[in-house]
Amino acid sequence: MSVEFDQNQAFTNYAHPGALVSAEWLQNNLDTAGLVILESNEDILLYEVEHIPGAIKIDWHTELNDQVVRDYLSPKDFAALMSAKGIERTDTVVIYGDKSNWWATYAFWVFKLYGHPDVRILNGGRDLWLAEHRPTTTSKPAINASEYPVINRDDSSIRAFREDVVAHFGKPIIDVRSPEEYTGERTHMPNYPDEGALRGGHIPSAASVPWSKAANADGTFRTRAELDQLYRVEANIEDASEVIAYCRIGERSSHTWFVLKYLIGIPNVRNYDGSWTEWGSLVRAPIARGSDPGLVPNAN
Amino acid sequence: MNSEDAANKIIEEFSETADPFKLELLLEYANSLPELPERFAGHEEELEQVTECQSPVFLTTEIDSEGRARIFITAPREAPTTRGFASLLHGALDGQPIAYVLQFSDKFIDALGLTKLVSALRIRGMAGMLARIKRQLKELQ
Repeated sequence: MSVEFDQNQAFTNYAHPGALVSAEWLQNNLDTAGLVILESNEDILLYEVEHIPGAIKIDWHTELNDQVVRDYLSPKDFAALMSAKGIERTDTVVIYGDKSNWWATYAFWVFKLYGHPDVRILNGGRDLWLAEHRPTTTSKPAINASEYPVINRDDSSIRAFREDVVAHFGKPIIDVRSPEEYTGERTHMPNYPDEGALRGGHIPSAASVPWSKAANADGTFRTRAELDQLYRVEANIEDASEVIAYCRIGERSSHTWFVLKYLIGIPNVRNYDGSWTEWGSLVRAPIARGSDPGLVPNAN
Repeated sequence: MNSEDAANKIIEEFSETADPFKLELLLEYANSLPELPERFAGHEEELEQVTECQSPVFLTTEIDSEGRARIFITAPREAPTTRGFASLLHGALDGQPIAYVLQFSDKFIDALGLTKLVSALRIRGMAGMLARIKRQLKELQ
């Protein structure tokens, strides 16, 4: 049973306001039956430091990714993970995290690969919750294992592979990394580990729209009008556009994917999770350097 | 106390702790990372940045009058994992003879049994710190 939506006025202009909840709403619903709160962070210890009462930790790296093949969990493993966390297929899942919700939107995206019906993001994430001095705890909730069905993962509608990117040439591609990564000056984020792309630059024809332009300083999403200006006016994205977003390993582009699909309502947006760590190491993959997007490559 | 004792004590502590509680132990280390001495205040950016880490981590080393390694590391509170890694290395190496630190093996990191729990990618930050500590001390000799 779906939990009632947050009727917050600030969300009504978004295309799918039901995909967001405010901190105030969540605080009022901490004990609501059928609601599961998940914390998804870059730093694996933050949950242990403190978390929202009742929240369960989910880790993108050790839990959502397959530990051998570079891929997400298999249908069976996803069902087992959901079951271990006590999540029912009918539950409303609210996800929040650090870093302006990068890893929360990443987890959201994985939940949508498995078609979990009701998933929402806490606007402002972990940082805003703490900044507003809302309640936190270090105690972990008791979990009763659930029965979660084994669902086939749908990689076709919201996920792009490298072959899909090649077939997509000529349609909008958005590079959401920092300007230094886009131009090829560096292959990873400032202050971040180098995860091994052998070449710097961007996929030719990709527009540079850093993910951070969609977020306010407090981690909340920008208004609908600001997002429309950013993507529809400046990046020429329309309702009919088919869009692929990418970053370094697919986490920052999950943020942009969420914004495009749920906040400004572009139906056909895919996240290329191979992203630059794959493309920047692929033999003979076309690359453009500098601030110019470059020409659309010949798709063979 | 032998030089190995500090590192061995840490390894023992982790091996005696069941997996689900290892992260909490790491958090205790994160919370006990010593503050930088006063004389570095306001000059953190002049220390060497550990670019292998996911957060802004800076470290520097000194050799004291008795020829022992002094290690200074700072990492933000919002990055407890990185602070924990820094604190473990500090605990194992601070105040030890230079020769001991220079030959200190990466196996220490594996022996903690954290790699599977925090992921190989994240633990790489600790190896980055250790490599920089060794390089700096070598340059100071």
